[in-house]
Amino acid sequence: MSTMRAQIPVQSAARRPLLARRRLDSERVISWVLFLMALSALSGLAVITAFIFKEGIPIIAKVGLRRFIFSSHWYPLEGEFGILPMIVGSLMVTAGAMVIGMVFGLGCAILLTQYCPPRMVSIIKPAIELLAGIPSVVYGFIGVAILVPFIRDYLGGPGLSVLASSIVLGVMMLPTITSISVDALRAVPKSYIEGSIALGATEWQTTHMVVLKAARSGIVAAVILGMGRAVGETMAVIMVAGNTLELPHSILDPVRTLTSNIALEMGYAAGDHRKALFATGVVLFVIIMVLNTIALRVSRRRSKVKVLAK
Amino acid sequence: MTQVMEQIVQSVPQPAGPVPAKMVVEDFSASFGEMQVLKRVNLQIMPCERLAIIGPASSGKTTLMRSLNRLNDMEPQFSREGRIQLDGHDIYHPQTDVPALRRRVGMVYAVPTPLPWSIYENITYGPRLAGVTSRQRLDALVESSLRASFLWDEVKDRLDMPGTDLSGGQQQRLCLSRVLALEPEVLLLDEPCSGLDPISTARIEEAMVELKRKYSIVLVTNNTKQAARASDRTAFFLMGELIECGPTVELFTNPKHQRTSDYITGHFG
Amino acid sequence: MRIAPSITQRIAVSIMWTLAAVAMGVLAFIITYILWHGLPHLSWAFLTESPKSMGREGGVFPMIVGTLWVTMLAVVIAAPVGVATAIYLTEYTHEGKMTAAIRFGADCLAGIPSIIFGLFGFVFFVITLGMGLSVISGALTVALMVLPTIIRTSEEAIRAVPRAYRDVAYGLGSTRWQMVTRVVVRSALPGIATGVVLSVGRSISETAAVMLTAGSALGLPQSIFQSSRTLSLHFYILSREGISMTNAYATASVLIIAIMAINLSAYWLMRRFVGKA
Repeated sequence: MSTMRAQIPVQSAARRPLLARRRLDSERVISWVLFLMALSALSGLAVITAFIFKEGIPIIAKVGLRRFIFSSHWYPLEGEFGILPMIVGSLMVTAGAMVIGMVFGLGCAILLTQYCPPRMVSIIKPAIELLAGIPSVVYGFIGVAILVPFIRDYLGGPGLSVLASSIVLGVMMLPTITSISVDALRAVPKSYIEGSIALGATEWQTTHMVVLKAARSGIVAAVILGMGRAVGETMAVIMVAGNTLELPHSILDPVRTLTSNIALEMGYAAGDHRKALFATGVVLFVIIMVLNTIALRVSRRRSKVKVLAK
Repeated sequence: MTQVMEQIVQSVPQPAGPVPAKMVVEDFSASFGEMQVLKRVNLQIMPCERLAIIGPASSGKTTLMRSLNRLNDMEPQFSREGRIQLDGHDIYHPQTDVPALRRRVGMVYAVPTPLPWSIYENITYGPRLAGVTSRQRLDALVESSLRASFLWDEVKDRLDMPGTDLSGGQQQRLCLSRVLALEPEVLLLDEPCSGLDPISTARIEEAMVELKRKYSIVLVTNNTKQAARASDRTAFFLMGELIECGPTVELFTNPKHQRTSDYITGHFG
Repeated sequence: MRIAPSITQRIAVSIMWTLAAVAMGVLAFIITYILWHGLPHLSWAFLTESPKSMGREGGVFPMIVGTLWVTMLAVVIAAPVGVATAIYLTEYTHEGKMTAAIRFGADCLAGIPSIIFGLFGFVFFVITLGMGLSVISGALTVALMVLPTIIRTSEEAIRAVPRAYRDVAYGLGSTRWQMVTRVVVRSALPGIATGVVLSVGRSISETAAVMLTAGSALGLPQSIFQSSRTLSLHFYILSREGISMTNAYATASVLIIAIMAINLSAYWLMRRFVGKA
């Protein structure tokens, strides 16, 4: 044992000073550098907002907000900038996509969290993630190649339509809605479910009377974020929506969305025309921000409730 | 007359006694937000002794331990008053090199927490941070510290195995070796045996007997029997106050305070 | 008439299985359809040759190079910033107004559509900073787009590291930075890597923003300050302008295979990560 003690020399206190200045300062530098990098997301958002508005606002001021939004005449070469058809188009397409995405997305989420055996979860979940990874141009392409001819042949119209866009966007929204809803459904305390089952409810009664109610705000947030995706999607919509400038009268009519308007004309636009495209971007930006804010509010309320429940 | 006495007391740089204390806790209070968890505690930790700290749950034992190596600094709500000295230096001095302090005042936690690396890496992590780079020196440190916690014979052939694969008792001894490899001066053991079986507990207590020859050991425990058998002095805490502190034999056979005797008899016979 | 709860349950569950089956079916259909039409035209020559007559013939080598440049640069820029943000949020500050503001910024950034990023990249990087339609403009724009993903996944991975590890690291004499880099980030690495890999996937599939910032030049980019067409944009142009359907399918196959490989590796990383925690 005495040899063992000899192996662990204890340094004298004098050789191990307790005071140091240098290292603490380098810690402060690191902290500042990290802080500055952490600001990048926020400042990125600020710069994006500033530039989009700087480019877009003057033309809105020149045309007049009301005419810009409520006129359905878009003749850039003659200086007519009215984006009503695009706004209506975006809203119709998004509403349709929401119905499809919500039904499928929520269905998958409930299945994954409540009924699916773990083995199937390990197949379905990665598949849904893969669905999210497929490039939007591929979705658009499949839409044009399969969906559009189908609609044209069986339902009438040109095929390139609100309906086709809604279906394509609905599929694209599915992963967003599913993954966020899954989180919300998982957050429902197990005791709620067990309590309900113990009271004699079937699993499905438990699901729609207890679980869905408890996870409601999270699901609402999921759907709203999914809508944001749909409003903002560009390439897939360009390929299947038809891009006409008319106000659509039925879901089989072609439309142009706000996003397609920008992507289609940005390549050759100049002067006021280009500015009007930025103004279209401003309108899109505002819609997205409103949706995001609602989603954040709703999901924050959820987390507050969660804290209280603890 | 009393004034003169006070002056004399104040002029003495170290607290009275033939050997200067290793660590001195002076009027130390600590709070988390509004809640005060330590109330004006005065305590000395002597070199080469095993000091046991006992007391019921939430009596401030762990907070005191985590104040001795400034681990509480990390808590956003933490505030403190009073002083803690190590070899006469105020450890809460603004220029204190906190990592160096923690190397000198090593700590073993209640839950064995090996980092998810090999045994070898677990032990050499601390020395490497301290600037030890020589492979030979690191190897020697691994062996000596594993020997000191009686783990060497069990793991010497599989030092590259993940520390998390060891049994609970072995994990805790690995955590002890890891701290010993820092060559500390004070060892803080925060209920190191709370989750262990009697045999592992015995091995750790055995190690402590050897270790106290060089280190000051502070042992927080919920188990009064352990305090009675594995310490030289015992301090009893209640609701953040130090009720009584004295030689273990004395405190257990002839407690000065009613509350001390209630605790040591009432809880564990 | 009241339907028995057990029957409602059976109906509801079978509807949900059907919905999931349809979703899986769509995925399977998309992949097989593209690969069925594309794989026969996929060859070594297609991957290594330059396109001829606007892409009607020849291969996609410059687009592969362009895609790799944009993707790698974007991730190389976004990953350090994103991980640093996550470290700052979790280890270097307490929850408060500042962290709320930073998270708000990241959340909003995550919701902004790619076409807006494209507009911004065009007016900011391409015009204001004078970088022109180029790989670097595209990469910086895409970096901003994937930043929120990297921040969020890294933050989650770092939060999943047991709190006790931090005490241990401090107790063994680490400075905060040593604790973060040698213990926390090291343990969280698989989770962080998953986020980065997913960002690579997102960068590869991005089209709208890249179209407005990196341009659509067909040649092999000689430097990052030259314009380059990415694979996804090439596929869009080939199919939309009906230049060559066979080459479009082959290009889409390359994209799909790349995305599948990326998702698989992300999945593998995640499994390993979850298995460890």
